[in-house]
Order: sequence, then structure tokens, then C-alpha cells
Amino acid sequence: MATQAGAPPSVGIVDRWQAARLPLPGWFPWLAGRLLAGFGTVLAVSAIVYLATLALPSDPARVILGPEATDKAVAILREQLGLNRPIAVQYVDWLRHVAVGDFGNSLDSNVPAFGLVIERLGNSIALMIFVLLVTAPAAFLLGVAMAVKRDSRFDRTAMTLLIGFKAVPPFAIAVALILLFSTAVSILDPSLSPFAQPLYLVLPATTLLLLVLPFLTRLIRASLTETLEADYIAAARLRGLPERRIVWRHAVPNALPPVIQGFAMATRMVLGGALIVEVVFSYPGIGSALNAAIETRDIPVVQAIALLTAIAVVFINLVADFATVLLTPRLRTTTRPRLRSGTGARLRLRAGGA
Amino acid sequence: MPAASPALVVRDLRVDLAPRGAPIVADISLTLAPGEILGLVGESGSGKTTLANALLGYARRGTRITGGSVLVDGQDILALTDGERRAARGRLIAHVPQDPAMALNPLARIGGSLSETLAIHRRELPPAARAAAVAAALADVGLPNDPAFLRRYPHQLSGGQQQRVLLALAFILRPRVIVLDEPTTALDVITQAQVLDLIRGYCREQGVAAVYISHDLSVVQDLVDRAAVLYAGRLAEVADSRAIFAQPMHPYTRGLLGAMPGVDRRHALSHIPGHAPSPGQRPDGCAFAPRCARATDLCRATEPRLTEGVSGTFVACHHPLLQTPLERRTAQPSTPAPADRPALLTAAGIDAYYGANQVLFDVGFSVQARQCTAIVGQSGSGKTTLARALGGLGSAVTGELVIGGTPIGIGSSPRARDLRRRIQYIFQNPFRALNPRQNVADNLVAVVRHFFPVSAQEARERARAAIARVALPATVLDRRPGKLSGGERQRVAIARALLCEPEVLICDEITSALDVSVQAAVLDLLMRLKAEGLTILFVTHDLAVVRVIADHIIVLKDGRIVEQGEADAVLDRPAHAYTRRLIADSASAAELALAS
Amino acid sequence: MTSRRRRPNRWRNERQIRAGTVLLAAVLAIALPGPWLAPHDPNALIGAPYGPPGAGAWLGYDYLGRDIWSRLLAGGLSIFWMSIAASILALAAGAAIGMLSAYRKGAVDQGVVWSTDVLFAFPDLILVLLVVSMLGRAPWLIVLLVAIAFLPGVIRLSRGVTLGIVEQEYVDSARMMGFSSAHILLREVLPNMITPLLVQFGVMLTWAIGMLSGLSFLGYGVAPPAADWGLMINENRAGLLVQPWAVLAPVAMIALFALGTNLIAEGIGRINARIEEEA
Repeated sequence: MATQAGAPPSVGIVDRWQAARLPLPGWFPWLAGRLLAGFGTVLAVSAIVYLATLALPSDPARVILGPEATDKAVAILREQLGLNRPIAVQYVDWLRHVAVGDFGNSLDSNVPAFGLVIERLGNSIALMIFVLLVTAPAAFLLGVAMAVKRDSRFDRTAMTLLIGFKAVPPFAIAVALILLFSTAVSILDPSLSPFAQPLYLVLPATTLLLLVLPFLTRLIRASLTETLEADYIAAARLRGLPERRIVWRHAVPNALPPVIQGFAMATRMVLGGALIVEVVFSYPGIGSALNAAIETRDIPVVQAIALLTAIAVVFINLVADFATVLLTPRLRTTTRPRLRSGTGARLRLRAGGA
Repeated sequence: MPAASPALVVRDLRVDLAPRGAPIVADISLTLAPGEILGLVGESGSGKTTLANALLGYARRGTRITGGSVLVDGQDILALTDGERRAARGRLIAHVPQDPAMALNPLARIGGSLSETLAIHRRELPPAARAAAVAAALADVGLPNDPAFLRRYPHQLSGGQQQRVLLALAFILRPRVIVLDEPTTALDVITQAQVLDLIRGYCREQGVAAVYISHDLSVVQDLVDRAAVLYAGRLAEVADSRAIFAQPMHPYTRGLLGAMPGVDRRHALSHIPGHAPSPGQRPDGCAFAPRCARATDLCRATEPRLTEGVSGTFVACHHPLLQTPLERRTAQPSTPAPADRPALLTAAGIDAYYGANQVLFDVGFSVQARQCTAIVGQSGSGKTTLARALGGLGSAVTGELVIGGTPIGIGSSPRARDLRRRIQYIFQNPFRALNPRQNVADNLVAVVRHFFPVSAQEARERARAAIARVALPATVLDRRPGKLSGGERQRVAIARALLCEPEVLICDEITSALDVSVQAAVLDLLMRLKAEGLTILFVTHDLAVVRVIADHIIVLKDGRIVEQGEADAVLDRPAHAYTRRLIADSASAAELALAS
Repeated sequence: MTSRRRRPNRWRNERQIRAGTVLLAAVLAIALPGPWLAPHDPNALIGAPYGPPGAGAWLGYDYLGRDIWSRLLAGGLSIFWMSIAASILALAAGAAIGMLSAYRKGAVDQGVVWSTDVLFAFPDLILVLLVVSMLGRAPWLIVLLVAIAFLPGVIRLSRGVTLGIVEQEYVDSARMMGFSSAHILLREVLPNMITPLLVQFGVMLTWAIGMLSGLSFLGYGVAPPAADWGLMINENRAGLLVQPWAVLAPVAMIALFALGTNLIAEGIGRINARIEEEA
């Protein structure tokens, strides 16, 4: 690395960024910290998943060889599979494989667990995206309308309906829906992708929508109601700005941060609710796959599903946190008078030498 | 009346509570000439913010404008359609809000906010002209107008800068009338003086009429041409500035002025007993009658109308005091401590940190017994950190503290219980100083039994005595803090401190959140306690209050002591430049003129 | 004195609470004394599978020929006590942990926050399902796991509320006077936390009902041939079109139970909001 005479020695990435005239944003240290924390979380989750599956009262070797196998054959296979090593060693070994996507083969169908899960995951994600794509705008429009027309008859009726739907457990709704549309229910053809049969998606999607819509709508309403009470909103009105502009350009952006967090929470709710809904509607997603895998003690599949779900949730939360920071200039621009700011300041100091 | 047509004419303006209809403000009639500044003075609950909003035809949720007219340049704001009114706001009549930190959209950049106002109200302007207008508006208020500044967010500006931005937002459309709702209340004394200069200059130059709303009469003195006093939603008195301060006609105005402290001289404050009625609880007849020493049956039966007193002045009273100058008594001057008496409390070498920043640098002083020592500083001076450290809070503080010869831990360092008892602390915010879930008696008894091994009954007796000592009725004991007013809560806090039988009472800006008359009553209580043997450490930014109560004064700037000495001596003949500046900005020219 | 006297009226008059209480009372009237009121033995085969409602069986017969009404009466007890137990456990543990963590601050607090993040990474049901399937379906285990699934939410709530309370001057005042941490937590912090915690309890109860019935629906709750609402729904799913009551009745029970508790929780929340406004 060439250094100019008299200049301090370069410190790697940061200097090269600075040399390329890319200023490090104020939130970079924060992001790095959160990525690290997220990674730690996933690691902890993996440990929990691994330990939990260890407790499954089944012997993988015996499952593979079948119930008629002799004890001796089972013992040999166990040795071969490395099942007699200390747990910590097994865990690290497992971790190393998982990191490259190798969860082992499904004990049930002997195909790579990862591939199996990804296929099912695709189905579930399709469902989830469909639900959220419909719910988000609906919740938004409904929530904003309710907040703006607070305490009107519209608001109160909508509120009652939302409370009603929020209370009923998802599978109760699912069953009721099945009854309601009992003529339209048909079994999904596993070979066709969900997108080829949009009509079928309607029922499980509706159930999940009814699970999540009340929550999101009320969150938006509450957040916007509180924001509309703010001094700067009254000040904007007194400056003669039109009400519509004030609601959409001043109030809503300020009301978003808790909504974004709530959205991350909603995806988690959908993932959890999807489990039951998929079983009820026989939808080939990871929910029903997990249910089947647990029943047949198919450990690799269980591990894969649990871990991948957790990673998805952690990732979504990270994105939500990041979006919140972007939406809050105060967090974006000022450095906090604590350790983190020190790191950021030090990074900038080192980089700003030349 | 002058020949030029008035900029603002208000007739019989009335605002009620929305669902039921009790009036918040009523019978408001005013006239303003172009370039004239009217000060509207009222305590909390008098309805001044409601009135300010009503001048722009705005009624907050839960209120409704039910009558009257507001004519700006001949157009009645209240009679316009919604769209027309919206267009009039900002163009004809503008508003400057109270708390600058809360009144700016945190997500909007400064330049953006200004541009937006122009874009809405003056669509015909091309972008280049708009940018020029924005730059001009910022220059008008003394702010930089380079692109970097325009890209800043509100939280990146100081309080003074934020307030100037709000002023720019009001000035940018060149309205005829500006309504300012306590714009300098949240600012420190030096910044306040600058902002007031700005307002005064602008109004004179541009011929803009202004309504300046405040609870602080002394602020209003220098700025306004005429003053109106608001009590319980009605105008009590309207007169020109000189007249109202020298010869107030309404008993309420006289009471208010009698409670006002001043930097120039140590006044003996009087206060008005009782408190103002809230909307819906106003009595028949004159709203002030229950508190007025001159009230007669006529006052209690019939509401007085606003009538002309001396020429050009108006008063709403059945028995106004016409042409009677206001006499203010002077109190005892501060007493220097006897030289041979050892100090009760000594502090030395105090350093304090907030995060990585140092906020107190080697602070040391001593406090004499039975005296009131004032610690004066503006926001950021470190005075609250110092007060808390003395009281026993704060982890990043080091230094030595000795009370009555016994060393005591500073900040949150361990302190013996008996030593804790001897130093007590009163907070600024009376609304959060008491546990809202317990009634007053429980709050007090817990403290007594913590320090003294007495029975519950004995503790309750002591609580009763303490409540009486702070001049509160015994019924307060069974009520929750939420049902008490700010002044009452502050007294309860003082009673709680007294129950510990302390030697030193640290008061951290305890009257800043209180109305002038209530403040006078609390200061009176403190001086009584001092006479009974208590040592007081009074932390404040308000030099006028210091003049009333302090014997000894310590001036704090940016974490360092810049001057200290006997109170009257320091205030009359300040040695340090900073102290001189503080005094100059606190006192009003009119006040000083009156004093001479 | 006056404020105390006014309170009971406020609670009684709140429309949501009244509606919720009515629903809840109706459901409990069936669920609690149910097992003893059943006209037939819930496990006895007394009729044709999926038989229609008739003289001896008000709702008809389930897939094995058992009386639906009797099974309905017998099937609510477990969900009732388990949901309450899980909610109480989660509330007590979560409130304590969150409160202490926010009060102490520092490394312990960071650790607690991070642990809740880890727990939050699992969608509720998956966590419980995972462990229940491994360790068996003992009722106390299920209760414990449901409580653990709710724990991070309660911790976050109580931590947030405590952080707000601890900033208030009356807590500073108590600290300055030298009150012990235990006293401050119990007398200053906790009483000011009661109402949000109460609301959360109601919400958790609703979720617990959903989760527990979901679990028994999937087959991880009470073991057949016991009568249980969630189990009944699953067992009789195949014959939904023929004998809807076998599924509809337990679904209705669960829905009403959840709705009732939710309305009460909402009502408490509104009262709380009004109290805060008046303070």
C-alpha cells in the first residue's frame, strides 16, 4: 500500500472509502452493531434448535435402518454418523454444515432437507407476500381514515368490527370460512405452483388477513391519532396548509416508526398463524411441512425449518429497525454521547486525516 | 383614533367548550393599528392560547368559536369559507407558536418548510423567486441562508435558532397581523432578549401589527405599545403600556404587578389569594370577585363590562382604581453573613460529566446557615447537575462535600441515612414530584417513617402539621396529587421535605413552572421558612426571583463559577461581563426608568 | 374518597366490559360446571357416527357416535385453567424481569433485551410445538411453554413502562431520601405499572386461548379419547359438510371465550387511557 510521505499509514477499508470520497454515514456504526447482534441472535437460535432436536426421543440411526435392524447394526451406524461424540463437537460440526446450506437428508424421503424446505418455503412466502401486499395498503387506508375521522360513527363501527375479528383465533376463522365456502374448497395440486391457482389462495389468505389486519389497522390509527395531536401539526394548520397535505406529508411520515415495528411483528404473526392455517387448508407450505416432520421425527427437516424461519424473522426485524432509523433524522444525523458515537467519531477522525 | 385604518379589529369574540358550551373566552373586543404591538397578558387557564388560535379562526379539538368577528384589513376571518380561511392564514394573519422544539416538523428540513409555505400560498412564484424569498426570510431573522443551513433538520438547531425559523415562517408572506403565542418562554434570558429585539424591529419596519401573548409581564414591558390583561377568559383591562404599569386600574392587574419580581430592586411581593376559576366554574358576576378585597354585592351579582376609564384605556370593573399609581414596597436588603460564623455546607473541587463531556469544572463554594444562596445559570450552565449532585443523585460526579463539619458523599455515592435527612431537594416539575398512585398523606407518612421510628398515627399527625405549615388546608391529605394544582403540589413537595427536619433545602427552579402570583406565594413561604431557621439553596435562571429571595449569589457559566458574593452587591455592581449581560437582558428599560 | 367511590361505576358502565363479561359468563357457565352437567358420558358411543341432532343429543353425534353436547360441556375445562395459568405465569415472571432489568440497567439489562430478541425470533406456535413434540404433552409443560412464548412480550412491555416511570421525579426523590431499591420498586414503580399490565394480561389470555386450542387441534394437547374443544374440531373435520355441529359448536365456544376476554381487556385499556388523561 503506497503511502504519501508524512501521511499516517492507511488503515484499510475506512481510508479507502474516504479516498473514494464516500463519506461514512453517521449510522454505519449502528448498523454494524445491529448486524453483529443479529448474527449473535441467529447463533443462539441455532443452538436452541439443535439442543431441542436432540431431545427428540428417537434414534436417527434406527429410523434409517428400520425397526427390524439389529442393535449391533444400529450401533455401527451410530458410530459412522458420529452420533457418539460429545454434544459440543457435534454442534459445531452441524453448524459448519448448516453454514453452507447442508442440513443433511430428510430421514423420511432421503432427499436433501434444505432443498425440500426451500421448495415449501417458497409456497409459504408466496402466501405471506400475498397477504401482506393486500393487508398493508388496506390497513393503511383504513387506519388513516379512522384516525382522521376519529370518534365518528364510521370510526366506532370499524373499531368494533376490528376488535371482533382480532379476538377470534385464526383456525376458528379458517374453519368458519371453509364452512361458508364449502362448495369451492378443493384440494391443491402439489405439482402446480400456487400462482397458477390464485382462487385457492383466497381462503388461507383471507384467514391470515383477518388475523393481521385488525392489529395493523389499530396500530396505524393509534400512532396517527397521537401524531395529529402534536404541536407542529397545529402549527402547520395555523400556517394555512391544506388538511390533506398535513395528514399525508406531515403526520403520516412521523407516525410511521411504530407502524414499521408493528409490521415486523405482523410478519412474525403471519408466520406463526400460517402453521395452523396451512394444516387446515392442506396447503403445502413449511407450516404443514413442519407439522409432518415433527410427527415423523424427521430431525433434519425440523432443524432446517426452525432455523430458516428464525433467520427470516431476525432479518425482517433488522430491516424494520433500519427503516425506522432512516425515517428518524434525529437518529440518522447526530451521534449519541455514548460508546457507539465514540466508535463513529474515531472512524471519521481516522478517515478524515488526508 | 389615528386616521389609518386599523390592521386588526376584534368584536365580541367568544369561544366555548365544544360538547357542553361553557365559555373559555368571551366578550373580547380589540383594535390594533398597523405597526402597533399589543401585549396580551394572562396566567395559565386564562384562555390566552385559545384566544390566539381564535384570531386565526382555529379552534382546537373540543372547542368551538361561537361568536364575534375578527377583521383583518376589513376581512372577517370567522366569516370566510374553510378554503378562504386557510388561504388567509399566513397571508393576512400569521401565528408564531410557543415551544419551538415541538412546533417544527422533525422530518422536514428548514429550507423545505419555508419553501412549502410559499408554494402553498403563492403558487404563482417560479422556483427561482421562491428560493430568493426563502433566503430573504432567513436573512430577515438573522439566520444564515447558505444551502447547508437550509438542509438542516430542526433538532440540529439551538432553541433560539428554532424560534427564529418559526418567526421566518410567519414573516415570509408579509402578513398584516402576527399573533405570537409566548414565543420566548422556552428560551434563556440572553436569547430571549435577542428574539424580542428582532420582533420589535421587524414590526416597526414593516408596519405589521402584532399581538404578543405572555404570562410574564416584565417581558412584555419593553416590547409593547399597549397591553391587555386577560382574566378567566375576559378582558380585565386594556391600556397603553406606560399607563398599565404605572397606574393599573383593575384590582387583578394591581395584584399581578404586585407579585412581579424585578431585577432592579428588591421588591416585597404580594400575592393574590385563591386561584382563577376554570371554564365552566366561573361564578356569576365578576369572575375576580371571590379573590378581590374590594368586592361588593354588586360585583358578585353583575358581571362588569369593559368601559372606558381614563381616556384611551378600558377596564371591566365596578370599582376601578382610577389615576392611582402603583406603589411597590421595598423589602429588607440582603444580609451579609457574619464573618466569624463557619459555613454550614462547603463544596470543593466538584467535577461532573455527562457522557463524555465535562459539565462542571472544579466548582467550590460555601453556604452559610439561615441564608438563601442562589445559584444562577442559564440552560447548559450545569446548575441542575450541581444541584442534583448536592442532593444525592448523579453517578459521574466527584468532589468533596461537608455539612456541619461532617463529610458527606457527593452524587450517588453512599450516604448515611441521617445525612440524607439533613439535605432535602425540591424539583422543578411539580406534576411529577409526587407518586400519582398514592394520596398526599401516604406520600408524606412514608417519608416520616423512613427517617423516624414513629407509629403510623404519630406520622400522620406530623404530616398534618407540615401541611398546615405550608398553608394548605387539611383536606389536601386525602387527595391524590392529580387533583391538586401546580402550586399546591409544590407546597406538598415542600411539606414532604420539611417532615425530614432538614437543615438545607435545595430548590431546583421550583417556581419556573408556576404563575406569577403563585410564585410570589411560594417565595413568601420560603422566606418564612428561612426566618424559622432553614438554609436554602435556590437554583434558578431568573435574576428577578434571585433579587427577591437571595442573600448570597453564585453565577455559573458553562460549568464554572464566574462570580459570587452578597446578592445585592453583585446585582447592583456586577464585576464579571457575563453577569452584567445577564442583568442587562433581564431588566427591562422601562423598569429601570421607573426605578430612577 | 370520592375517586374511590366513582371507580366501580366506571367499570360497570363501560360497554365493552359489560358485553365481554356477559360473553365470558356464558362460556364459563358451560365450561366450568360442564363435566358434571353432561347428560351422557362424553366417551360413550351412543349413536351413529355423524348422526343428526335428535331427542337425546341436542347437537347430534360426532365421528365416533358420541354425544356432541356432552363432549362440548366436558371439553372446556382444560383450556380454561391452562390459559389462565399460562397468562398469570407469563405476567408475573415477565413483569418482575422487565422491571428489575430496566431498574438496574447496564450489562444485565442488555442481556435481557438480547434474550428477548432471541426468543422473539421464533414465531409463537413453532416454539411451543417444537418443544412439546419432543418432551411430551404434560399439561404443566404446555402451560410453561406457552408462558415462555409470551414472556418476551411482557418483558418488553414492563421494561418500557418501567423505563418511563424511573425517569420521573418522584422516583428520584425516593432515591435521594435513601429508600431501598426494594421499596422503590414495590411502592413507587409497581403501582404505576398495574394498569398496562392488566391490559396485557387480558390480551395474553386471548392469545393463550388461541394457542392452546391450536395446539390441541394439531394433536399436541390433551390425548384422545378425552373431550377437548380443539381436539374435537380436528377429529370431526372430515365430516364437516355432513355434521357441521361437531365442528361448529367447539369453534363457537372458543371464539366466544376469546372474544369475551378480549372485550374485557379492551375495556380496561380504555378506562386506563381515560385515567391517564385525567391525571
